Order: sequence, then C-alpha cells, then structure tokens
Amino acid sequence: MITKYLFFFLSVLIIFSALMVVFAKNPVHSVLYLIVTFFGIAGHYFLLNAQFLAAVHIIVYAGAIMVLFLYVIMMLNLNKEVEPHKPVWIKFAAVVSGGLLMVTLVGSLRGAEAMTKVTPENIHIGLVENLGKTLFGPFLLPFEISSVLFLAAMVGAVMLGKREIH
Amino acid sequence: MAFSTFLIYKIILVLCVFTLALVVAMYSTYAERKVAAFLQDRLGPNRAGPFGILQPLADGLKMFMKEEIIPNVSNKWLFILGPSIAMLTACMTGVVIPWGPAYQGASGTFPLQITDVNIGILYLFGVVSIGVYGIMIGGWASNNKFALLGAIRASSQMISYEVAMGLSIIALIMTTGTLSVGEIVAQQSGWHWNIFYQPLGFLIFIICAFAETNRTPFDLPECESELVGGYHTEYSSMKLGFYLFAEYINMFISSAVMACLFFGGYNFPFIHIHAPLLASIVGFLIMMAKTCFFIFFFMWIRWTVPRFRYDQLMNLGWKILIPLSILNIFITGIVMWLQHKI
Repeated sequence: MITKYLFFFLSVLIIFSALMVVFAKNPVHSVLYLIVTFFGIAGHYFLLNAQFLAAVHIIVYAGAIMVLFLYVIMMLNLNKEVEPHKPVWIKFAAVVSGGLLMVTLVGSLRGAEAMTKVTPENIHIGLVENLGKTLFGPFLLPFEISSVLFLAAMVGAVMLGKREIH
Repeated sequence: MAFSTFLIYKIILVLCVFTLALVVAMYSTYAERKVAAFLQDRLGPNRAGPFGILQPLADGLKMFMKEEIIPNVSNKWLFILGPSIAMLTACMTGVVIPWGPAYQGASGTFPLQITDVNIGILYLFGVVSIGVYGIMIGGWASNNKFALLGAIRASSQMISYEVAMGLSIIALIMTTGTLSVGEIVAQQSGWHWNIFYQPLGFLIFIICAFAETNRTPFDLPECESELVGGYHTEYSSMKLGFYLFAEYINMFISSAVMACLFFGGYNFPFIHIHAPLLASIVGFLIMMAKTCFFIFFFMWIRWTVPRFRYDQLMNLGWKILIPLSILNIFITGIVMWLQHKI
C-alpha cells in the first residue's frame, strides 16, 4: 500500500521536475530540476529492490555528472543576452525529430503489459552479489566491450582536452 | 522484538546519534582553538567557564544573535537552500556507522547502528557526493564573484578526489568481500585491522578525506588570502554557522569512517566477555577514542601544513593518487590470487 503511494508520489515528482527542466528560464535551475529527477528515478530503483543500482545512480549521475554540468554552466554564466537564437527551420526539425522519438517510445511500450512480472524467487536480483555474478557470468563479453568503449571515450576526452599535441 | 519496541528504539537511537554528532561538532570548534593555541604556544579560549569549556555555547549564541543579511541581488530560495543541503547531508552520514557492539538484552538484540544496509559504503559515497551541492548552490546563489570562484573550486576539487577515494576503497572491498560497514567492522575483531592489509589504501583515503571535508591543506574553496571567504563570503548569522558546522560534522563522520574501515571500529581485546552491557559501553568508548584521535589528527595537520596551490592540488589528485590507488587494486588482486582467495 505504502509502495503504491510512494510510486505515485515519485512519478509525479519525476514528471513535474522533468517538465521544469525544459521550461525553466535559467539554465542553472534546469540543472537543479534535472538533479531532482535523478533522485526520483533512484527512488524508483529502491522500490524495485535494486539498491545497488539506486546508489550507483545517485553517485554517478546526481553526484558526479550533474556536478560537472553545473560546473560548466556556472563557468559559462549563460544569460539572456548571450542566448543563441536558432533559425525557425532548426526549431521545426527539432519538433519533428522529438515527435518521432515519442512515436518510437510509444511503439516499444505497446507490448509492455505482456512482459513477465518479477517472481518472488528473483526478488534479490538487484543486490550487489547477484548483480555482480550476472554481470561477470553470462554478460561478461558485453560488459567488457562496453568498458572498452568507455576507455575509448576517456582517451578521446583527454585528447580533446589537450591544448597542443607534441 | 515487537514492532513498536523496534520503532521506539530506532527513534531513540537516531536522536542519540544526531545529538552525538552535534555535540562532538560543537566541541570540535573548541578543540580546534585549543589545539591551535597549543601548537602556537598560546592559551586559547579560557574565559567562558573553567578552561573556556562554555566557549562553544557563547559562539553559538553569538551566531544566532547576529544580523541576518540576504543580499538583494542573490537568488533567495537557492541562497537559503545552500546551507540547508550542507547541513542535511552532513547529518545523514551517521546512519550506517556502527557506534558499538550490539547489546544482547532480554527482549532481543539492540544494535548500536541505525541501519546496516548491505550497500553501506555506497550510501556514504552517495551522500558525500550530494554534499558538494550545498557549497555549489550557495556560492552561485550569492551572486558574488568570489563566492562563485569558491564554489567552482569546491566542485572540481571534490569530483577529483572522489575518484581516488572510491578507487582506494575498492581494494578494501576486495579483501573484505562486503559493502556493509557493520560487517567490515565485525571482521576486524582480534587485531585483524584493515590498516595492516591496506596501508597504501588508508594513506590515499585519508588524503582524500581531507580534500572532501575542505580542510587545510586542501581548503582552497575558502582560501581567505585569495577569495575573501570563498563560497560563504555573502553569508552571515546562522547560515554561515551552518556551513562551518557542517564542516565539523563532516570531519567527525569521516574520522568515524576511518576508525571503522581501517582501525577496527569498536573492537577491543576482551569484546566477547560475558557482560553485554559492559561490552557495548566499552566498545562505544573505544570507538569514540579512535574517532577523537582522528579529529585531533585533522587539527594537527591543519596547524602544521600550509595550504596547497591549486595546480598542486589537481596534480596530486589526478597524477599521483589515482595511479597509486589503481596500483593498490592491482597489487591487492595479485596477492589475493597468490593466496588462492579468488
């Protein structure tokens, strides 16, 4: 019963703050609303018994990535005067592609109710031990490939960050 | 244990830990001034009460009585939110720390730890990583160049040192095999302190703890010779008090975490004696003694070592501590493999 109310509370919170990310005039406010959204999503993970995922979500997204976002926005000090004005056709293209994304999402959610419910046996699937065994067991190859991908991204970022290459 | 007993017990425990954190933080300000006085061959505060023991109360009263100023050009909501977040996250971290061995009473077991979540260390990291928002939001909302610079310094410093801190803890988790703080402390019973197995990890951890709590030699965000007061330049009255107080609570909690993770926590030689109440009380006192030593260590460093330059800080974090902690993980892995533990 409490879980149900918590679910609705978190969902309303997430949708409200996600909308405010888009509608807020000040970019710093947008970032702060996005942080609230991430907290709501972490709350959903807790409700699904995925504690590890929730903690990592907060540490990585709310605690690290959003701090860097906020950092960059504070450094640039964006305001009304320096706001870039996009031509009308770009705005139009953005609306069309956004609509296409929504169609795709709706299409993928169509068969969602046929999905199997979580059985009581694997209620502990979100705990660290089970998650680790799954990641390093059946999903070892995809896990390693994605970590190589991250490494490549990191090397690329360091290369871009260097002023000149000797 | 009945549910109502459980609930009442937990509420009392939360209140106790909360009070403990506040009182220790309050007397840390007194201890800081006394330690500074001792290291500089002065007397320190000695007017309010015997040995100046009532000085923290006088300081607190002064903070409350000061005029409250919110700058007109600031963002009012965020200006108030900044110190609130700093204080909130500082108080949230004490939840997963085991303050003493569990008391085996007639009506059940009473653990001296509010909750032993199985991701305890990750919870600590999560809360600590949220703590930086208090400084960032406050610094930005002040609408002051010095405050903004302080906030930007704080965020880049904390992000940089969180990486090394996390990596140094990974080696510890590899040897202990658990993320629960209570279980890590229980494993160290009988002088099996983790400091003997992870000396390098501890060194990296304590350096990062100094940086995360913004203490000298890493107090660049509030460096008065360059930034007036850093992120809290515009703050006055109890809002400033909250920022300063949050720093002392963070110092207390990180000392407690170091005592738990590396120095055996509440463990003492005769912990299994047949007097549960005595064991709990002595365990708690041992834990507090270790914590107080680390608080003293924080102060000792503060009044001994001068502040780093900003580029030195970044070089230390990214070019020394992170490679060292990766090396530590590597060595730990090899040793564990040689001992056939994995």
